[in-house]
Amino acid sequence: MTTIQENKVAATQPASPWREFWKKFKRQKLAFASAIFIVLLFIVALIGPWIAPFDYTKADYSQILQGPNDKHWLGTDAFGRDILSRILVGTRTTLLVGLSAVLAGAIIGTILGLLSGYYGKWIDSLIMRFCDVLLAFPGILLAIGIIAILGPGMINVVVAVGIFTIPMFARIVRSNTLVYKNSLYVEATRSLGAANLYIIFRHILPASFSSIIVYFTMRLGTAILTAASLSFLGLGAQPPSPEWGAMLSAGRDYLTTAPYITYFPGLAIMLTVLAFNLLGDGLRDALDPKVKD
Amino acid sequence: MLKFILKRILQMIPILFVVTIVVFLFVHMIPGNPARIVAGADADQATVEMIEKKLGLDKPIVEQYFVYIGNLAKGDLGTSLKTNEPVLQEMKSRFMPTFWLTVWSMLFAVIVGVGIGILSAMKRNSFWDYLGMFGAVVGISIPSFWLGLLLMQWFSVKLGWFPTTGLDSWQGYVLPSITLGVGVAAIIARFTRSALIDVLKEDYIRTGRAKGFSESKIMIRQALKNAMVPVVTMTGLQFGFLLGGSVVIETVFGFPGLGSWLIDAVATRDYPVIQAEILLFSLEFLLINLLVDVIYGFLNPQIRYDD
Repeated sequence: MTTIQENKVAATQPASPWREFWKKFKRQKLAFASAIFIVLLFIVALIGPWIAPFDYTKADYSQILQGPNDKHWLGTDAFGRDILSRILVGTRTTLLVGLSAVLAGAIIGTILGLLSGYYGKWIDSLIMRFCDVLLAFPGILLAIGIIAILGPGMINVVVAVGIFTIPMFARIVRSNTLVYKNSLYVEATRSLGAANLYIIFRHILPASFSSIIVYFTMRLGTAILTAASLSFLGLGAQPPSPEWGAMLSAGRDYLTTAPYITYFPGLAIMLTVLAFNLLGDGLRDALDPKVKD
Repeated sequence: MLKFILKRILQMIPILFVVTIVVFLFVHMIPGNPARIVAGADADQATVEMIEKKLGLDKPIVEQYFVYIGNLAKGDLGTSLKTNEPVLQEMKSRFMPTFWLTVWSMLFAVIVGVGIGILSAMKRNSFWDYLGMFGAVVGISIPSFWLGLLLMQWFSVKLGWFPTTGLDSWQGYVLPSITLGVGVAAIIARFTRSALIDVLKEDYIRTGRAKGFSESKIMIRQALKNAMVPVVTMTGLQFGFLLGGSVVIETVFGFPGLGSWLIDAVATRDYPVIQAEILLFSLEFLLINLLVDVIYGFLNPQIRYDD
């Protein structure tokens, strides 16, 4: 009898949201593996220059265009520089550009979305029309347009990618805000005399966190891919930077004699973007209450 | 239906107006004196003034805008700073290659994407489904410029089947179209799968099964037909993505289209060319969105009465 009662109690007690998330997330093998890979990437980004077997900037003219071998695992480029070392050091640039661009876009987009959804009326129309205009163009073209104005360079790539990240965050946060602003707990807080800004940042924003995190992860993949494309086109990182897209671009001239120069930086970009996309998919499935067990 | 199309066309007019202002203001948004940037730091004052005149920057801004609009109406898009040729002339010769590149990649993307999507939905949660969907995530994640170089290395350099760069024959279209289409194929595959799975849950499919129709008949006659409405709309919107992607792919393959021209223009700061391209791309997006809306209104009559 007692065991039945205990079971009942256990069954009615809701699991904490964190534990619920962890239970669902753990089950998604690919997303879980991606999370581990991303943690490793961040570690490499931090300690890259120290674990790189060679100096990534040092030209060695006795070792020009060597294929992968015992000494240079991924070969050397046209200046005899070790490709593995350059990829390891370049991880920092890649993650830094992706993170700062998406973070800037996410913060501005979230604030715009909150204001738009909460206050409505002309603020809403103004912000949403602005987003429509930005969304009308494919990201990379918008970024190229912005760089055409600001000039090439890595900082401008961050600005360009950041700007095209804004509208999607604004839309997602706005639609969440529209739901939460009429919820009972927000009305209760309002009736207690809470200020609008207090309600927005203490009650509505935290409720949107899960969608923001999912979209943030997915967007990181896109941002990294776009930044690498821009560097490949010569609009972002400039040689001799070990940015992966710029390395690929430099390797283009040796496609017939030393194709491996392009193999590895491209593989690095693909695996990184793939990991963020798979993690994003996994987080969405684990955080979305609509996805049943 | 006609009323709906007319209404959508009328809605485009204010947008067109905004587009011309943005394109016009483009040169004015550049920090510093654009003429000085084009001329270079060592250029003398006379050269800078000459470029200013060429860019039309020597008049008051409102007058500049009306001159710009007047020229547009006459079909004058300005003169390239690099070649001194009329921009329109080069644009004409570069338009068709990019147009066909987009069409062939879309064809490739639709055939491959819808194929994988159907297979995945029919064999849901099987090995083929997982393989198809993993392939789709890889397709979205792969850097197109890298894929282009790999295909070029394999099929052009090693096997010699296709030219490495340029566009002397139809073979020049094959690799760029496939490279450009992969990302869109991946998106279409994911979308087709989920649209089909949603439709397969519907009552009328169950009724079809209860009546004893074969699986293939249910799939083709009922499920596909209904699942295709959202897929068609989504596919239309991907044309914009293709135009953006073409910029990168054309540069990889040295393809003589609008995209590689834009990158050259940005690199050499050929502002009239950049302006003309932004204008053309904007018009293309507006047109694509209009077509998608019309097709959607055609497929789904509810839309026409909504607003």
